[in-house]
Amino acid sequence: MMRMMGNETSMTRRAFVGGLAGLSVLAAMPGRALAAISASQAESLIGKVVRDINSIINSGAPEATMIKRFEDVFAKYADVNFIALSALGPDGRSASASQKSAFVKAFRAYIARRYGSRFREFEGGRIDVVSTTQVKSRYEVLTKTTLKGHAPFDVVFIVAAKNGKFIDMQVEGISIVKSERKEIGAMLDRRKGDLNQLIADLQKG
Amino acid sequence: MKKRNSKIVVALAGLALMGLSACATAPAPSGYADPHEDQNRWTHRANIKLDRVLVSPASNTYGTVLPQPVRDSVSAFSDNASLPGVVANNLLQGQIEDALHNTVRFVFNSTLGLLGIFDVATDIGLEERSSDFGETLHVWGVPEGDYVVLPFFGPSTERDGIGILVDFVLNPLSMALPTDVKHLPKAAWVLSKFGDRYQFSDTVDEFYESETGYELMQLYYLDSRRYELGVEVEDDELEDIYDAYDG
Repeated sequence: MMRMMGNETSMTRRAFVGGLAGLSVLAAMPGRALAAISASQAESLIGKVVRDINSIINSGAPEATMIKRFEDVFAKYADVNFIALSALGPDGRSASASQKSAFVKAFRAYIARRYGSRFREFEGGRIDVVSTTQVKSRYEVLTKTTLKGHAPFDVVFIVAAKNGKFIDMQVEGISIVKSERKEIGAMLDRRKGDLNQLIADLQKG
Repeated sequence: MKKRNSKIVVALAGLALMGLSACATAPAPSGYADPHEDQNRWTHRANIKLDRVLVSPASNTYGTVLPQPVRDSVSAFSDNASLPGVVANNLLQGQIEDALHNTVRFVFNSTLGLLGIFDVATDIGLEERSSDFGETLHVWGVPEGDYVVLPFFGPSTERDGIGILVDFVLNPLSMALPTDVKHLPKAAWVLSKFGDRYQFSDTVDEFYESETGYELMQLYYLDSRRYELGVEVEDDELEDIYDAYDG
């Protein structure tokens, strides 16, 4: 019974997310015609991201609230769809549209849990934007994170010029997309390529 | 004692000369090969066991018994005590500016910072700039070597493993200190590691409990270390992913 209910809700969710994904594809089409953003626009966008994150880590709010607010920032400024499907990598090619959208949804929650729960460790820290360089059709915005008692470390945001969304973060040279691709790939291998099982496990947390 | 020190100075001078003659850059590292995987996975599992039975409980006790300001002071003391070693590495790499920066840090923190228990240098804008003998070897052109998991220290490479050993043995401050307080910096270092284990407990637990912990730790170590050393790694995978975004 529980299982059936679970299926039903996840079907509804899939349909819903599928619809959303469809909408965003539509939205992306005219996007191609839009003018690309400039380096200073990219920098000021990341400036906003950094300001939001600074206020979250120093808000003293309960962890669950911080994770929720972090998820909002992520949804607003990052291309979560792209990051999720890149993490799924070539394994995702054979996935159906509804599997893909279910995966994106599960991935988003997993990412928020995974990185959001670390905010306690960042309390009292500060992030500053340092500089921006253009690489092909994207900007690499360098930020520095200062934590009390530790050497400052670099976080580079990769911002797409065409829409100003960030498509990756590199923490001291560690790319979130690349490491998640490795992790998700290994998790999928362990489930003998069963994507539905992986989605279910990611949702469970 | 004196004799030993002078021998070490000669050895260091020799190393420095080697460094000057070997101005070649290290060959580019080769991806994520893991030729010692069986051995490495074994050590990885042993490290997790060591963590469960000793490091994690000790860190929890340390973190709960002592308040954060005290733990911060222990870390600051340990960091400061390691600075002469960092300066030595800066010099061996020819990084004069970093050597001066770290020397001034050491002077400030050892005096106004009360033997290093307060990091006053950071407050006046002289931030921490770390270095180690692994980096020195890199600057001298020594290749990364194979990926290895070391007991207790965890992920490393053959070159960085040697670096850890050399930094440990040739710590200038430990050599200069009188016998009765000689081991104080090392004790503080162990405690500061417990402090890190306590502060970043969620992250560490996640690595140790994750089904892909071994693979992730390898990727994280190699990527962040290569970034830290400024090694240009050809990464087609990431380039391709980014390029795909523009269709």
